[in-house]
Amino acid sequence: MTFSSPFRSVKNLLMTLLMVAATIAVLTPLGIIFLHILKMGASSLSLDFFTQIPKPTGETGGGMANGLFGSAVMIVMAGCIGLPVGVLGAVYLTEFGGSRRATIIRFSADVLAGIPSIITGMVAYTLLVVPMKGFSALAGAVSLALIMIPIVLRTTEEQLKLVPGTLREASLALGVPLWRTTLKVTLASARTGIITGVLLAIARIAGETAPLLFTALGNQFWSRKLTEPMAALPLQIFNFAIAPYEDWHRLAWAGALVLVGIMFTLNLAARYFGRQKRYS
Amino acid sequence: MDGARAFFPPGQLLRKGYTVNDLETCERVETLTEGTVVKESSSGRTRNNGAHSQGDFIFRGVTFLLAASIILILILMGWEMVRESLPAIRKFGWRFISGREWDAVQGEFAALPYIYGSVVSSILAILLATPLSIGTALFVTEIAPSRLGNMVAALVELLAAIPSVIYGLWGVLVMAPWLQQTVQPFLINKFGFLPFFQGAPYGVSMLAAVFILVIMIVPIITSITKEVLLAVPGSQKEAAYALGATRWEMMRVALLPYARSGILGAVILGLGRAIGETMAVTMVIGNTPQISLSLLSPAYTMPSVIANEFAETTSKLHSSALMEIGLILLVITLLINVMARLLIWSVTRGRTGGHA
Repeated sequence: MTFSSPFRSVKNLLMTLLMVAATIAVLTPLGIIFLHILKMGASSLSLDFFTQIPKPTGETGGGMANGLFGSAVMIVMAGCIGLPVGVLGAVYLTEFGGSRRATIIRFSADVLAGIPSIITGMVAYTLLVVPMKGFSALAGAVSLALIMIPIVLRTTEEQLKLVPGTLREASLALGVPLWRTTLKVTLASARTGIITGVLLAIARIAGETAPLLFTALGNQFWSRKLTEPMAALPLQIFNFAIAPYEDWHRLAWAGALVLVGIMFTLNLAARYFGRQKRYS
Repeated sequence: MDGARAFFPPGQLLRKGYTVNDLETCERVETLTEGTVVKESSSGRTRNNGAHSQGDFIFRGVTFLLAASIILILILMGWEMVRESLPAIRKFGWRFISGREWDAVQGEFAALPYIYGSVVSSILAILLATPLSIGTALFVTEIAPSRLGNMVAALVELLAAIPSVIYGLWGVLVMAPWLQQTVQPFLINKFGFLPFFQGAPYGVSMLAAVFILVIMIVPIITSITKEVLLAVPGSQKEAAYALGATRWEMMRVALLPYARSGILGAVILGLGRAIGETMAVTMVIGNTPQISLSLLSPAYTMPSVIANEFAETTSKLHSSALMEIGLILLVITLLINVMARLLIWSVTRGRTGGHA
């Protein structure tokens, strides 16, 4: 590389402009998608959306109340399975794990996080739907939990690593057993960071559609049992978007607006917690 | 107690054969030398010792089981996928990945059109997304004032948080009609002599899938590339500047070569994401199992056919064939991910707090 060309500054300017152009090209679709969701969503959203279930084809109106409820139920169930595994698994990695074992587990978590979500759905299908002889909310929750675990594990681990060893030592020096130290001191100190990770994981699974296609399946009505097919907001958006009815498209847009709203609320909340104290 | 601190670095207390009780009951910790295991209590404080170690033992065991369950989940997933695809593997053998027949009524299944659709859509998307992502990452880290850069980075991360079903909704209701009415007629008129732009404008097509994939994977590649670029030591950049390099020359001789393997990792990770992407692609690609050079004709991908058919399979063989497609997909994404992780690790390893 020699710096001798007479056009060096021109080239520099040109490349800078190209990078600015790339940035604009990346941000433009974002703006367009947001505008569409806002415009179409706001004009289709009404109180009915939150209180009604979908009407049969041909009738106007209706909402996605059962989908919202179903999503909430399955997220809570997925959290009950995924949070203990993720958080306590991370505790093992930072507090007990020898370097080799921890590396293997960490690597497995990364691999699990990279598996397409539709495959977790297929596995949940063979493990739960087939033996239970029916699509169920339970199977949906398990497939969501499988997606949640690696995310919670890795974010919690990052946070636990930030807790200074002196805090643990102070507690141990007072004669507190290690398990109580971990629960009451280490985890408690990293609380806000862990909440951030959990919120991001929830935001991720709240929008997942593919693993629910053949586990929770979706339901046009209210589900009464966890062993029945259950509606979910992303599933309803999908089914309504590919249907040929104008009315259903409007509902899908309203659902998209609500889902994006939930996403942003969760992400903002995560940022808020993430901004809290850093140990320096 | 400095001596003790040196032996017991934070978080390492239990890794070297010491227990908390040993520490607690040892009066003269300073005299410990490495390798010494304190067993004898030199003071009379033995209260709760048994309860302590028992509680710790149980706690350690529980956390270990939970952490190890992740490995079990992975093995279980692989095992289930293989077991369920065995009937199809036995029946079709290698024909499964070279044939084009997909007929649930006749019981003939072969996956080439789906593999073709997945590979072509992902590779085209990567080719378009890579320069855009690197350009944006360079803009964010090197060119923009830090406030603007942070804002753009935050917006891009936001883009990554949108669920794929919403991209699909926008793709099928807004982008596909736009492609059908504006872009595709234009391409047919001007470039119709090329085999890539022949046929009727359908809207839902390989082209639509590529566009949606580009929009979806750019945020991933950009944010990892940003991390990798930030991990490049400042001295590298300063050295280039000191030799009189312009900003672009600095990027070319210092920044990009240093970050090369990390950026490659980011791109491969994006590829893995593109190949496994299900909902958005299913909604815009047109779901027609055909192998056509034209980007304007509908196609089909591996995740899409699973999404469309798996819930209502007609026979055991049908679901087994879909499972085998899933298995192929799993193997491809595993290879891609392992490769990408190793590449990214090789760059960001030295940087504390950096995680990619």
